[in-house]
Amino acid sequence: MNETRIFPRLGRAARSVLRPAIISAAMLMISIQAFAGLGENVSSVLADQARMQGSLRTTQSASYTVHEITAASGVVVREYVSPATGKIFAVAWQGSWPPDMRQVLADYFAPYQQAAQAQANLHAGRRPLLINQAGLVVESGGHMRSFTGRAYIPDMLPEGVKTEAIR
Amino acid sequence: MKGACARVRKMIDGCRIERTPIKNGVLTAAACGGLLFAVACGGTGSSTSTQTPPPTGSNVATLTVNAGPAGNYANGAFTSVTVCTPGTSTCQTIDGILVDTGSSGLRLISSLLTVSLPQQNYSDGNPVAECLPFVIGYTWGPVQTADVEIASEKASSVPVQVINQSAYPLPSTSLCAGNPGGPADTVGNLGANGIIGVGSFAQDCGGACALPPSGGQNPDLYYECPHAGCTAIAESLTQQVANPVSLFSADNNGVIIELPAVSGPEASLTGSLVFGIGTQSNNGLNGATVYPVDDNGNFITNFNNVQYGESFLDSGSNAFFFSDPAIAVCGDDTAFYCPNSTLNLAATNAGYAGTPTGTVNFSVANADDLPNDPVLGQLAGPNTINGFDWGLPFFYGRHVYTAIQGKSTPGGTGPYWAY
Repeated sequence: MNETRIFPRLGRAARSVLRPAIISAAMLMISIQAFAGLGENVSSVLADQARMQGSLRTTQSASYTVHEITAASGVVVREYVSPATGKIFAVAWQGSWPPDMRQVLADYFAPYQQAAQAQANLHAGRRPLLINQAGLVVESGGHMRSFTGRAYIPDMLPEGVKTEAIR
Repeated sequence: MKGACARVRKMIDGCRIERTPIKNGVLTAAACGGLLFAVACGGTGSSTSTQTPPPTGSNVATLTVNAGPAGNYANGAFTSVTVCTPGTSTCQTIDGILVDTGSSGLRLISSLLTVSLPQQNYSDGNPVAECLPFVIGYTWGPVQTADVEIASEKASSVPVQVINQSAYPLPSTSLCAGNPGGPADTVGNLGANGIIGVGSFAQDCGGACALPPSGGQNPDLYYECPHAGCTAIAESLTQQVANPVSLFSADNNGVIIELPAVSGPEASLTGSLVFGIGTQSNNGLNGATVYPVDDNGNFITNFNNVQYGESFLDSGSNAFFFSDPAIAVCGDDTAFYCPNSTLNLAATNAGYAGTPTGTVNFSVANADDLPNDPVLGQLAGPNTINGFDWGLPFFYGRHVYTAIQGKSTPGGTGPYWAY
């Protein structure tokens, strides 16, 4: 159990130190390693690609850019970036096994974990995980050899983007 | 205290509430007139309910739907499994094992085991452990070997997972360490004494776990665990945690789950887990429609004019789970739906390539109004926008066949579901 919590705790500490800092070239490298996934800058896409050891395909639409990372295992992660803010406002995943949600959800892993454990404590039984909070929506489901889901930050959706597009 | 969460809390406390009649069968004008979904206003219920006597035979195990060994489960089907030290008559029968067509492999809570099971070792002699992620929660622990007996079926030297959080340190890089739900390592938080995965596959992971580890190809579920800590390994198919059915000496091409229809909430339900498809006089297809399943264990469900390509039948899911933004989720518990009145809905299932197709009628009750019973045929909740998860309520009143990948049956080669 300790191990499940060490990572996000360290991640938060590192970020709170780094955020206000002046970003030198060296700092940028560090921040790319630390900042990845939902809510983070478009530059973190490359860090995610490196961590997943995957290939990257980018497609552009009028209101956002989708960076699709495909790992050798076939797990696909799509990161949706707003051109206005340069931030990843949504992620979606699909594969035989889930991606590492600590990486995909970045700073949002902690609230995700909190909500998931609250639900796990509420009920025994296997089922999808749906989190619908003011600042975070996560939908995660599937079964052995087939996991899918998506997460987005409602306030960060570019104007006119329907949530159905995130998949 | 209302609602599904209150219901479970009450069950844990051991104080059962009064049974109240649910709103099934009372289809209001609002529900029929709401008409986004109501298709079966004239007649509800399962289209294939069976009243035949339960099968008997050496390939039949009893299934019981109840609150389970922890008393906290809704819509869980449990059976007994006997595990033996391989090649000996030193055996132990464990009841309260959840029967799960959505996974493959036998997983047992370590503290309940009294028989000695040999540890599986990697080629260098280090013990092997597995991390198995579910959507919410995971199981972690050593891979050991057991002879497995259910009904009169036997499988020798089956790799099984012994769920034990502390046997070896969980690697911080594993998918389990990144799972949001935490470990399912006790009877209480698993809701069962173990899980027997009798799903579409012979192994839990398959070919991907036999590829070189730590390179992005292998999901890194299997580890060798020397004292220094666990590192990911390639695990061959024969070493992987196996669906015990696939290793039975007979009746090894799949299973049938047979449960009676329900007319409302019930305290328990008894049915059968039948081994083999078309191998005995009691396990023929009997005209059931065969729906081919893809290599990821999915077929198609069409619902509300949306095609859900990652849909599945899963006795281990405890409700119907599907996306419908028009149905209110419960205020106190976002895992379930709470419509104003019971909804009668319909969906169409199809094989993964589009054929055959068949309509399924089902009902969704207000979860807050359901009584404190473990058999709830109208329990439903929201899901992702990718798939329709047909949980145990789908199995009530049906014979549901799960054919294992690569195994031949009179209905063709698995994987498929038939009902």
